[in-house]
Amino acid sequence: MTVLLDVKDLRVRFRTLGAIRAKLAGVADPFLDAVLDVSFQLRAGTTFGLVGESGSGKSTLGRAILGLTPIESGTIRFDGMAPMGLSGSALSAYRRNAAMMFQDPVASLSPRLTVKALITEPFVIHGLKDRDLDAEARRLLDMVGLPANFAGRYPHQLSGGQARRVGVARALALEPKLIIADEPTAGLDVSVQGEILNLMARLQRELGLTYLIITHNLAVVRHICDEMAIMYMGRFVECGPTAEIFANPGHPYTHGLLAAQPHPDPDRRRQDVELKGEVPSLARRPSGCEFHTRCPRAKERCSTERPEPREIVPGQTLRCHYPLLDPAA
Amino acid sequence: MAAVHPVIAPEARADAVLDVRDLSIDFATPRGPVHALREVNLTVPRGSVVGVVGESGSGKTTLISAAMRLLPDNAELRGGAVLFEGEDVLRMSPQALRNLRGQRISMVFQDPMTALNPVLSIGQQMVDIQYRDRGLGRAAKKRKAAELLRRVGIPDPMQRLGNYPHEFSGGMRQRIAIAMALLGNPELLIADEPTTALDVTMEAQIIHLLRELQQDYQSSILFISHNLGLIAELCDYVVILYAGTVVEQGTVRDVFHRPQHPYTEALLVCDPALLQDVTRELPTIPGDVPDLVNLPRGCIFAERCPRVFERCRAEDPATRWVSAGHAARCHLASPLERS
Ligand SMILES: Nc1ncnc2c1ncn2[C@@H]1O[C@H](COP(=O)(O)OP(=O)(O)OP(=O)(O)O)[C@@H](O)[C@H]1O
Ligand SMILES: Nc1ncnc2c1ncn2[C@@H]1O[C@H](COP(=O)(O)OP(=O)(O)OP(=O)(O)O)[C@@H](O)[C@H]1O
Ligand code: SF4
Ligand SMILES: [Mg+2]
Ligand SMILES: [Mg+2]
Repeated sequence: MTVLLDVKDLRVRFRTLGAIRAKLAGVADPFLDAVLDVSFQLRAGTTFGLVGESGSGKSTLGRAILGLTPIESGTIRFDGMAPMGLSGSALSAYRRNAAMMFQDPVASLSPRLTVKALITEPFVIHGLKDRDLDAEARRLLDMVGLPANFAGRYPHQLSGGQARRVGVARALALEPKLIIADEPTAGLDVSVQGEILNLMARLQRELGLTYLIITHNLAVVRHICDEMAIMYMGRFVECGPTAEIFANPGHPYTHGLLAAQPHPDPDRRRQDVELKGEVPSLARRPSGCEFHTRCPRAKERCSTERPEPREIVPGQTLRCHYPLLDPAA
Repeated sequence: MAAVHPVIAPEARADAVLDVRDLSIDFATPRGPVHALREVNLTVPRGSVVGVVGESGSGKTTLISAAMRLLPDNAELRGGAVLFEGEDVLRMSPQALRNLRGQRISMVFQDPMTALNPVLSIGQQMVDIQYRDRGLGRAAKKRKAAELLRRVGIPDPMQRLGNYPHEFSGGMRQRIAIAMALLGNPELLIADEPTTALDVTMEAQIIHLLRELQQDYQSSILFISHNLGLIAELCDYVVILYAGTVVEQGTVRDVFHRPQHPYTEALLVCDPALLQDVTRELPTIPGDVPDLVNLPRGCIFAERCPRVFERCRAEDPATRWVSAGHAARCHLASPLERS
């Protein structure tokens, strides 16, 4: 299958202090790496799930892929094109091919715009003035299963599920190949969540879309993602086919995540949390394996030597000296 | 009209922190009144955790806004009372209300930015919120703030007090909002979807923290969530709301193991966490929520109910006890013999 997106050694840094304040405070390196050494491939027509701790860099990675956040180093190759520069017409063309569904639908939908204005805004932003916006609005609403008369509504007149459908319609406007969906079902009840995910699956089949889905809901990842990656402090600690990872999590963090899933059964309450403690600050990354401060399997070596990514079974890559499944051990 | 019974055992009700009685609230709209809550009964016994589950638009936010008396201007109270420690919040003096909010009841909102001021540092906000505590100096208040940030898992809490809300990730902001709500040791903590942005390991820690605090201080929690797993994990009781009415309530064990209302049953079936086999086509509940302006006759769920029969469309079912403390509003729920 063709590779739609090829990300290599991606790094995104944020400045934490201004130059003068940093000097005054004696901070030599006033930056933090929100995304670090991230490499992966996204195959056309598949769904890739991105999970990880809050603050681990998932949204930043999504934004960087779309060119909404500048990258420090690394390359992003889209659909066989040359590695992207950060400006100019190539970026603009690329942005039409890749769209984002934002984390917070109500906040990301401007309250003063009607549904029609919201879903056709991408045409305006990209200067496609010759389009018949009424016809486009009808087409998009129909695709996401909303009645045509919704065009005149405002965001506050929408239910949570309807607002999400509007977000999907807006992302679809320019017929992108790739959609990055940041928490597409947070705050929805299970039935409406199912409706939105089924809608996205149907659109994927019909339009051949590729999805990168950022979510905290592991049950959702298990059902809808072909491949997945687990992020910790800006790095991919494990990456591979979803079914393999759920069956045999290799990284201790992945194992902890899967074990921490709550069961909808009051008789199966977790008595204890396997992974305790705080996520270290990105400003002071732990030495060696960055997970060693919380890792139940950590040995001495973990605090001094950083594990490099290795493929322990075909397709499943992880960064750990002592993984749970290690054919060599 | 069906008789409405207090659903949690009467003894528990006598010692309730929060007791919502027959609460009905409309919203005035150009189309006519939206009947957002209708005769809602709900009790939070002292020292317990009560979960509220319901579809988007079922009235969860309206319910807790009423409990804090923070209803929007177009809301109209049609009947009922919200008793906090026996006193009706809906009829309290402005003075009593000020004492109530933020001190005796505190709230964690769905969107953490509603609780956070974007132009003040987190530390400033966490110190300000302790203004009632005159016995404590500024440095001590800062330490207390940092200690709570540590407990909700924010690294380097002392340093991070100087940061502004936008300098934190979404999930960190959510944890900060939780820490802010806990600063005043409230008697009742109301939490509206407080963990949606957290990964499961952090979520599990927050849930354990809430449990711990609830046990340490005998405080009570009203917990709103779509996440059935979290409800099962944290709550003692659960209330299922559908389109503005309570369709089922009882202990989490009763409701999750022996659901009596077809809506509750359907919800459990739809939870992807309960699906054994991997599937792309997730189960849903077909149909739409009824229009709350023009309510249907009969049972509110009839339109979408897989077990609907004639009587359902004609007659609104009464709330029936199916066992002590477990009630459902469905014609098919078999009532207990009353002694
Ligand atoms: N504009 C910014 N300036 C400085 N730091 C930032 C900026 N945006 C994000 N960060 C930091 O980068 C890190 C990664 O943030 P990001 O929002 O990508 O996390 P996330 O994985 O999406 O988290 P969540 O699950 O909470 O949404 C965090 O430590 C955050 O504080
Ligand atoms: N100010 C208002 N004016 C008119 N209608 C309103 C207003 N606030 C809420 N409603 C309506 O009242 C009903 C209950 O809304 P509420 O916000 O309480 O639902 P919810 O259960 O909190 O939903 P969600 O899960 O999406 O947060 C909905 O039909 C909603 O559209
Ligand atoms: S390398 Fe060591 S510390 Fe890191 S995850 Fe593996 S066992 Fe744990
Ligand atoms: Mg994010
Ligand atoms: Mg709400």
